[in-house]
Amino acid sequence: MLRRLAERFRDRLGPESVIDDPVRLRTYECDGLTYHRASPGLVVLPGSAEEVAFVVRECVEAGVPYVARGSGTGLSGGALPRTDGVLVVTSRMRRILEVDPDNQRAVVEPGVINLDVSKAVRPHGYYYAPDPSSQQICSIGGNVAENSGGAHCLKYGFTANHVLACEIVTPEGEITTLGDGPGYDLLGAFIGAEGTLGITTKITVRLTRIPQAVETLLAAFPSVETAGAAVSAIIGAGIVPAAVEMMDALAIEAAEAAVACGYPADAAAVLIVELDGPETEVASQFARVRLLCEEAGAFEQRVARDDADRALIWKGRRSAFAAVGRISPAYIVQDGVIPRTALPEVLADIDRLSRESGVRVANVFHAGDGNLHPLVLFDDAEEGAGERAELVSGAILDLCIAHGGSITGEHGVGVDKARYLPRMFTEADLDTMQMVRCAFDPPNLCNPGKVFPTPRLCGEIPRVRKGSPDGELF
Amino acid sequence: MGDDLGKLLGDCVHCGFCLPTCPTYVLWGEEMDSPRGRIHLMQQHHDGTPLTPEMAGHFDACLGCLACVTSCPSGVQYDKLIESTREEVERVHPRTRAEQALRETVFALFPYPARLRALRGPLRLYQGSGLSRLLRPVLERLSPSLAAMERLTPPLGRAYRLPERVPARGGRRATVGMLTGCVQREFFPQVNSATARVLALEGCDVLIPKGQGCCGALSLHSGRAEEAKAFARATIVAFESADAVVVNSAGCGSAMKDYAALLADEPEWAGRAEALSAKTKDFSEFLAALGPRAERHPLELTAAYHDACHLAHGQGVRAQPRSLLAGIPGLELREIADPDVCCGSAGTYNLFQPEAAGELGDRKAANVAATGASLLVAANPGCTLQIATALRRRGHEPAVAHPAQVLDASLRGLGPGVLGVSGEGGPGPSR
Repeated sequence: MLRRLAERFRDRLGPESVIDDPVRLRTYECDGLTYHRASPGLVVLPGSAEEVAFVVRECVEAGVPYVARGSGTGLSGGALPRTDGVLVVTSRMRRILEVDPDNQRAVVEPGVINLDVSKAVRPHGYYYAPDPSSQQICSIGGNVAENSGGAHCLKYGFTANHVLACEIVTPEGEITTLGDGPGYDLLGAFIGAEGTLGITTKITVRLTRIPQAVETLLAAFPSVETAGAAVSAIIGAGIVPAAVEMMDALAIEAAEAAVACGYPADAAAVLIVELDGPETEVASQFARVRLLCEEAGAFEQRVARDDADRALIWKGRRSAFAAVGRISPAYIVQDGVIPRTALPEVLADIDRLSRESGVRVANVFHAGDGNLHPLVLFDDAEEGAGERAELVSGAILDLCIAHGGSITGEHGVGVDKARYLPRMFTEADLDTMQMVRCAFDPPNLCNPGKVFPTPRLCGEIPRVRKGSPDGELF
Repeated sequence: MGDDLGKLLGDCVHCGFCLPTCPTYVLWGEEMDSPRGRIHLMQQHHDGTPLTPEMAGHFDACLGCLACVTSCPSGVQYDKLIESTREEVERVHPRTRAEQALRETVFALFPYPARLRALRGPLRLYQGSGLSRLLRPVLERLSPSLAAMERLTPPLGRAYRLPERVPARGGRRATVGMLTGCVQREFFPQVNSATARVLALEGCDVLIPKGQGCCGALSLHSGRAEEAKAFARATIVAFESADAVVVNSAGCGSAMKDYAALLADEPEWAGRAEALSAKTKDFSEFLAALGPRAERHPLELTAAYHDACHLAHGQGVRAQPRSLLAGIPGLELREIADPDVCCGSAGTYNLFQPEAAGELGDRKAANVAATGASLLVAANPGCTLQIATALRRRGHEPAVAHPAQVLDASLRGLGPGVLGVSGEGGPGPSR
């Protein structure tokens, strides 16, 4: 079946857009999360929405599952391929189609790299606000699928807040546009659906005006608790920083080894606080922030003198995930959310988990909105180490749920966390979500096996309907 | 390939940060033509998958520009990985007759200045004859590689011969050895003479040993380690007495700084190799550390500085050439967009992979032209040939110079004309 599809795709897309050599296919076996691997049955690299639609229609007709993939930097295995399916890679759809500064928008193809949008619109005085740490390589299409966030989402919101419309290829192979018109917010449902409701082929993004002033502070604290207290004090004072990021000693050590960012060596935790906006407002609030940090116990504060200085401060934070590779042969990047006020307690619990299990945990997080990124370190050459790390990693998610938080803040559920979803939701909740999915994708071929722990057949009678005599819900 | 390779491969965490700076990923957008994908292929081979022709093709397509080494947050030593992979490819991958013949020609020619010199006469005749216009379309059909070689050959002027010693002017500050290189020496003799003059004017006794040959860079970067080692030993001997060795070609400097690793397993050479690597300095790197002394005369021109990969990524030398150029009164320095992406020259790449090299050359030329600078400055002969050729394809007659030539013009008060710059904006006439 796949061989026949390959022929069809070659005829329509050209031979250079179809990959079926097994050695080549294997290079697509995982994304940024290497823990899960599956070599795709076939890879296609379409160049237009029409080609994507053609590929999807052919797959549906053949009953073959398909998965969309952007730059392959996801951290939950959302783009994990199917060995019996087609991987639709958008990395060649990378044109910036339109920049319209007057209306504060740009239209881009899904393979366009996040940072390239900002580079293209900067001469007009704008930038694209969502800034995942991987912004130098992650694609806008992938950002839409995962509703990606980033350090500055504390003030500016996630991808969903910056996408005005999406042209998509529906799971039935139709090209249509989801926008912000009246009626159900289908765009809202689509963004963050992790590629299960269709493939985006054109995105209209909102551009944000480059702020008049930016101030960045690097504050060093003697403990994670004091740094956490500073965060609460800043938010409590009614200040909305553009970003508040925290790193603990182990994460600092890794970043230092990777990019020599020059963070204070003896800090148990550092905070990066960034304010932006009108000059006078930033100036007065920044003074306040510095005072609050000092009161909370900061023993050293550094203010970025210029953009180069600011870039260096951020470089340490942005490279932190990959940098951990310098201090550990392998690691799990965890992503969970807790109420900001629970921060000291949860961090103490993580520390206890780490000590009891002998598994090291480095912490990097968006402290302003309680989004934790514990990095669970292990040596993959050591028997059973991966399993022990996995246990600790799962226990951290349990902590998040116990404190009323969530099992993911921005990396998505993908395949990696599907099994944790029932810990947060009842069966009825999950059924309801799957019914939305069924409405978009009745044959269940669009990125199947992701997000939900047990797939449901769309013809199956949903449990919530039991007892209802004539209940067509859709 | 032992366990060392397994460890080096294990450093990659598959984050993808290398993708946007990889020239072949930029061109084709395919995983297996990215550093991350190539490391995956290496891992497959390491785990027992035979080296298929497809695999070899993706390794051959790597320019070895090392931009990925700069962008990697996990410290993956891709330079070491690709070097040992290329050795493996040469060992086990059968080349076609035509490929074999081309490779043998290139490696029998370029590392030998005497053989290049023998070619100069016929080439000058050829260039003067107008035959090029007739022959070029035929060559394009017969062999894109030969056509690339023909296109890239620079207009040859008179050959200069440098003395074995150029004495310092105005009080000696240092004694340095100078590598003259192969392509640099035969095709760009004016760069070498400018280098020697600038060093002397800045107070250096410049020693130019007659016995020096090829440094081995081309061989080292193409998986011909044994050949590279022989060149390395000879170069070590030639420069053993110098305090520092100044190199004006990025690829050569990068290779010489790698001698320590190359000869680490040879007890009688390891120490000597380490000493040579430690004292090897790029021209700009050396002068920036020495500090300026000679007077800079104004040069009214706009210059776009091109980062040669083996300088920026291979040696981490980015700021020094810029600060040398910016130190010249009247000179306005402009930045080229996407400076991290290779121009496609990459040693022998434009000969073995002419199509990809041509596309990359066109991209670079477009970015260079967009600066509006009147002079392109690059510190590697391969880059200079490559970008000049691509600019010519766009209808520009570019003025190009090595930083040494720009500095030479300033120190001697010669004015921009000597660099081929007409004085007005836009790429000037050819020299």
